[in-house]
Amino acid sequence: MIRVQAVPEAATAIRTSGLSKRYRRVTALNDATITVPEGRISALIGPNGAGKTTLLRLLAGLTRPTGGEMTVNGGTPRQDPAFLAGIGFLAQEIPLYRRLSAEDHIRAGAHLNPCWDGESVRERLAALRIPLDCAVGTLSGGQRAQVALALVLAKRPRLLLLDEPVAALDPLARRNFLAILADAVAAGGLTVVLSSHLVADAERVCDHIIMLAVSRVRLYGDIDTVLAEHQILVGPRKDTSAIERDHRVIQVTRTPRQVTMLVRRCGPVIDPAFQASDVSLEELVLAYMGQDPPPTLARLTSIGDDE
Amino acid sequence: MDGRSVVPPYLQIVQQVKQALRMGVLEVGDKLPTVREVVAATAINPNTVLKAYRDLERDGLVEARAGHGTFVRHRPPGPSPGTHSRLGRSLIRWVAEAREAGLDDEAMESLLRMALRAETEEEIA
Repeated sequence: MIRVQAVPEAATAIRTSGLSKRYRRVTALNDATITVPEGRISALIGPNGAGKTTLLRLLAGLTRPTGGEMTVNGGTPRQDPAFLAGIGFLAQEIPLYRRLSAEDHIRAGAHLNPCWDGESVRERLAALRIPLDCAVGTLSGGQRAQVALALVLAKRPRLLLLDEPVAALDPLARRNFLAILADAVAAGGLTVVLSSHLVADAERVCDHIIMLAVSRVRLYGDIDTVLAEHQILVGPRKDTSAIERDHRVIQVTRTPRQVTMLVRRCGPVIDPAFQASDVSLEELVLAYMGQDPPPTLARLTSIGDDE
Repeated sequence: MDGRSVVPPYLQIVQQVKQALRMGVLEVGDKLPTVREVVAATAINPNTVLKAYRDLERDGLVEARAGHGTFVRHRPPGPSPGTHSRLGRSLIRWVAEAREAGLDDEAMESLLRMALRAETEEEIA
């Protein structure tokens, strides 16, 4: 999906164009074009197998694309100390040494990272009353996730990539985890992309969204903008071709008397037979996820172009 | 913060601060929590909180003093906090009476909506 935004280069943390990743016969990511401005917390939303982990691994420089281009923190993702110093990546299976304590991890991090803020880890964990001297294997899952997040933040990355960090956590641990994250962004100089299938968390802590389904980007942008661009139209079951011509219909539900449409507006909806209402993020995500097959750009722009 | 509401989160913050000002919970000169305090307590996106504070500042209700924080400057136009709490108390009495009569929350809400509509229509007529 192509979307042109007038964002100056300096304020962009991530920019990809036609990014693709194929493994033998499987296409994990197809033609992904996105922009994430600096300072955003972006929710990478999609069902399992949509390509979320592949996109994160590409952005982190852990795997190379088979097509397309990307710029992350002003450079090309690669296995190079200068690039990796600006990236924090937290994989789905929290990568900690279970027999070592948080303090051991803090000391190890100081050896491995050129600019390391170990004190910030001690402060964050003290505030959460997580012991520094116990083997992390003895901590709860929620505490381990918080230790891992505090450690990856100590690296002072400019871009933090988190793969399903909160899916396995209970609601309180999830809230604490997201609060650490939001606080780190509030302190400045950090952009976050976190993959999740929990829309409620995304709505609270994120201000940007990237929606993936079946290896393709369905929608991306600032959440406020994206919500303002969509509307739900409810009206009598009649000819809807005028609306389908003027706007982009994402989802249609028909009952014998009524038709409900979720549309991406191109200008105001003027048909008085239809009542327009705002859409919630969850409704929007479900509508885009249910979209199958994906609308091709050809179909959208073909009107008037027919030979 | 209501995750199910279609009101954008930043507007919910703006509305809550305005409500606190109307009710007298916040007064002129009071300091609002810093963005980081709000974020650390609620896990709401910092840009969302900033946007809400900027909206309040644009409306002249609060002012940001560099290095000190954000302070309440004006109350939103409208009756004094005393009027609100007086009307609130009489509404609580009404709710108790309605409950006594066997009305549930839903019935009361639809009654209030009807009353609001009837009154608006009278104004127009």
